[in-house]
Amino acid sequence: MAKKTPEINSSSTADIAFLLLCYFLMTTTMGDQSGLQRRLPPIPDAKQAQDQKVNRRNIVIVRINSADKLFAGNEAMDIAYLKDKMKEFLANPNNDPNLPEKEEKEIEGKTYMVSKGVISLQNDRGTSYQAYLAVQNELVKAVNELRDEFSMREYGMKFARLSEAQQDIVKKAVPQNISEAEPKDTGKK
Amino acid sequence: MSKFGGSRNNKSVPGISSGSLSDIVFMLLFFFMVTTQMRETENKVIVKLPVASEAAKLERKDLSANINIGSPTRQYQAMYGTDARIQLNDSFKTIDDIRDFIASERDAMSEADRSLMTVNLRVDEDVRMGIVSDVKQELRRCSALKIMYASRKPGGDK
Repeated sequence: MAKKTPEINSSSTADIAFLLLCYFLMTTTMGDQSGLQRRLPPIPDAKQAQDQKVNRRNIVIVRINSADKLFAGNEAMDIAYLKDKMKEFLANPNNDPNLPEKEEKEIEGKTYMVSKGVISLQNDRGTSYQAYLAVQNELVKAVNELRDEFSMREYGMKFARLSEAQQDIVKKAVPQNISEAEPKDTGKK
Repeated sequence: MSKFGGSRNNKSVPGISSGSLSDIVFMLLFFFMVTTQMRETENKVIVKLPVASEAAKLERKDLSANINIGSPTRQYQAMYGTDARIQLNDSFKTIDDIRDFIASERDAMSEADRSLMTVNLRVDEDVRMGIVSDVKQELRRCSALKIMYASRKPGGDK
């Protein structure tokens, strides 16, 4: 006759699990990695450098000096107005000859008017990172709002709700042309 | 009153079974194991990320290399001062070490993922742009062109 096996006392598994839980709570971090993603320009070759002439009307220079003062296209500006100014620059709604030209581009079978505008962001060595990122953020916001407007016109939906293929089309039709210029060696540290 | 267990009042209350407690705790454990990541390095610089409302989430966290820039924490200030320093992995480094750092990070990845590597710049908001520009130039020279300026969403406390 088989003996009855005694039940294993399971009340301590909770303790073991708590111990493990505490270990993981201490050694891990919550993933909170978010930020502004950017592509740096590659180091230009000597040959290439000459082709990169951009028409004057297609470029706007946004400068932050070492006192964190902002200049957009040679005029001093408050950061609150930067986004609207940049939107006007990129969209050029009235086809102003001083604002960037547009070219017809065929994307996935349809032609769109794509702006050739480039925003060039310059900073001093003494600019604070906070001010720099605030300006970067405004520029990205300007592009994102233009993309939203474009999506509303074309698809009747906001950019975030489009399918991936549609998002790709919008990204090509409203490119994010923000160039980070070579740093100027003015001002120390 | 008597309808709801009035007749049972004279019985002793049955003990609560704690057998499922371990299941609950295990569930919590698995939740934390899945949502968190191992803390690889100890922070030796103070990094308070700046606020950016347009911040987007990094898609592939495993493909990022972190560069921390900020002033050293208090225990290292006696040795390194309060000037902004670069921290790679676990120690203070200079601009010249970035090349090796990027190379070693690349080596650790599989061949297909190398082009997708994002350099995550975690820079304190009070740092001057000079050191950041230097790092960016060095990254361009290493052709690690995908970068991310780490930032936090407004409203969050960290």
